[in-house]
Amino acid sequence: MDEVVAVRRVVKRFGAFTALAGVSLTIGQKQFFTLLGPSGCGKTTLLRCIAGFEDLSEGTILLEGRDIAGLAPNLRPVNTVFQHYALFPHMTVAQNVAFGLKMQGMAPGPRLKRAGEMLELVHLSGFADRLPSQLSGGQQQRVALARALAPSPRVLLLDEPLSALDLKLRQAMRVELKQLQEETGITFVFVTHDQEEALTMSDRIAVMSAGEVRQIGSPREIYEAPVNRFVAGFIGETNLLPVRVASFAGGMARVVLPGGHQLTCPGAQTAPTGTPHVSIRPERMTLVPPGSGDLDASVERLIYLGTDLQVLARLADGTALHLRMQNSARATPPGAGSTIGVAIEEGAARLLAD
Amino acid sequence: MTGRPDIRRYPGFAAMAALCLAILYVPLAVVIAYSFNDSTSLTNWGGVSLRWYADLFTGVEAPRFRAAAWNSITIATLAATASTIIAAAAAVAMVRGGRFRGKGATFALINLPLMVPEIVTAVATLIFFSTIGLMTGYLTILIAHITFCIPFAYLPIAARLEGIEETFEQAARDLYATRAQAFRLILLPLMMPGVISGFLLAFIISLDDFIITNFVKGAGMETLPTAIFGSVKQGIKPNILALSTVMLTVSILFVTLSYFVNRLGQRSRA
Ligand SMILES: Nc1ncnc2c1ncn2[C@@H]1O[C@H](COP(=O)(O)OP(=O)(O)OP(=O)(O)O)[C@@H](O)[C@H]1O
Ligand SMILES: [Mg+2]
Repeated sequence: MDEVVAVRRVVKRFGAFTALAGVSLTIGQKQFFTLLGPSGCGKTTLLRCIAGFEDLSEGTILLEGRDIAGLAPNLRPVNTVFQHYALFPHMTVAQNVAFGLKMQGMAPGPRLKRAGEMLELVHLSGFADRLPSQLSGGQQQRVALARALAPSPRVLLLDEPLSALDLKLRQAMRVELKQLQEETGITFVFVTHDQEEALTMSDRIAVMSAGEVRQIGSPREIYEAPVNRFVAGFIGETNLLPVRVASFAGGMARVVLPGGHQLTCPGAQTAPTGTPHVSIRPERMTLVPPGSGDLDASVERLIYLGTDLQVLARLADGTALHLRMQNSARATPPGAGSTIGVAIEEGAARLLAD
Repeated sequence: MTGRPDIRRYPGFAAMAALCLAILYVPLAVVIAYSFNDSTSLTNWGGVSLRWYADLFTGVEAPRFRAAAWNSITIATLAATASTIIAAAAAVAMVRGGRFRGKGATFALINLPLMVPEIVTAVATLIFFSTIGLMTGYLTILIAHITFCIPFAYLPIAARLEGIEETFEQAARDLYATRAQAFRLILLPLMMPGVISGFLLAFIISLDDFIITNFVKGAGMETLPTAIFGSVKQGIKPNILALSTVMLTVSILFVTLSYFVNRLGQRSRA
């Protein structure tokens, strides 16, 4: 069987408030699966449902094909790295790491040996006898990781494990976490609201908002082929242009851009509802002489970003547009107030479902 | 600077403070000083000696005091132990039990004994014991003490428990611990400073109690406070000063210990 976790139409209500509004997703063997979404969208709640700390209001969760409803957390072969680590303050690092093994009934000899191996894996061999309060934030994070990995769970749940670290450490830990996942072959379910983290580490990403999954796909799919305005806007920078759909068939659309130019673009499988929009990433548009591109716009402002220049412009109908040009001596930036032409790369525009 | 007005600058502040402190502590100081007086008089200083401390163990009243001390200490130990266990269970239910109907009322009920005038509790307890036909004596004192010690043990335990995040127990459960194991291996050690603090407080409250004890003790049964009271009724002798000083020392010791245990717990949590 390839899927380790299957979440089927899960609903979770807290009183009158619906935190999860029918979430379905499947997580495959050895995947690095990320739940990405803004604060309060229900990521932690979903993780707690999988770990067994919340009862479901509706729906089922299958772990390796088995319905785990009603199974207490200690009976689920799933371990969690908590957001603030929750290391036991009265136990040494080694005792913390060996705790799960002890509860599983492993003898003191083997479990201390295993704890030592786990500490080695997270580069903390010399710290076995310290108390958690004697460690830095990054070290505590590694202990939490070692503790959760020690019993070799089927699935490891991580709730924003990097959010408490400073930027440098966070970037280093991204690489390390990914390596650890590949070495151990354990399925990771990783929660974050940081899109860069999600894009760099994940095999698959589920983008959530307001208790719903808005899109599931590989980082490339999520970034390059967003299916709705929420995903397009949440991941990276984008331009959303209102369009008129001239024809739509089999995920390919012929759309009319503001200004009248026509474009063929791939899009969602379903015909758009409401005002149709296309999403175009700023880096997939180039400046051309006025009248020779897909759009004409007037420049409002130039922002210096070091390697790049950001050009803020506005279409005749008032739609804001931003694009990037490389900061090089060869290209002369347009002056504020001047009119520019904008060419859209082939396939760069995506028709969104809403 | 526009901070709070400095209260120390108010006219008469120093004098007022000194007066309050004097009223509180001069009598205690006098008792302590005269317990070392080498004289049978309470008012004339006859030099320093420990004769009244020796008198506690060898004097005519020694057997009475020894019996009373034994009762006091065993009752305080048993009452503090029992009330701490009950209070700890109550605190876990109140703090970890989530929301349940009548939680506010339960909290009030647990802490009501702190507000009810002790004399009322004393009368009520006596009536209760005589109604159910329980002979007054050691057992009635013990039951009464267990009861009124519960809120004193409860407060430090609940305060400690409220400061312990629930994620510790969840982490334990997540790592294959049963409910009982998570309690025994994680929550109990973490709440221990509160438990010890509660025990010490309950012990001291039991040791010091006079009013309720006096009502429910029955004839021939004495604890230290009732023994002291009985002795004083026949006139104050310096041996009472020595006994009072001993009790004061024990009280201060326990309260200090309780304070430091709590502080230690707070530091280990950080
Ligand atoms: N025990 C609870 N009782 C009531 N509401 C809750 C409870 N737990 C979570 N919620 C609500 O459910 C929603 C989702 O919460 P959740 O913690 O899952 O968000 P999140 O996506 O993890 O956010 P963050 O990124 O801020 O951690 C929030 O609006 C929150 O207020
Ligand atoms: Mg969260």
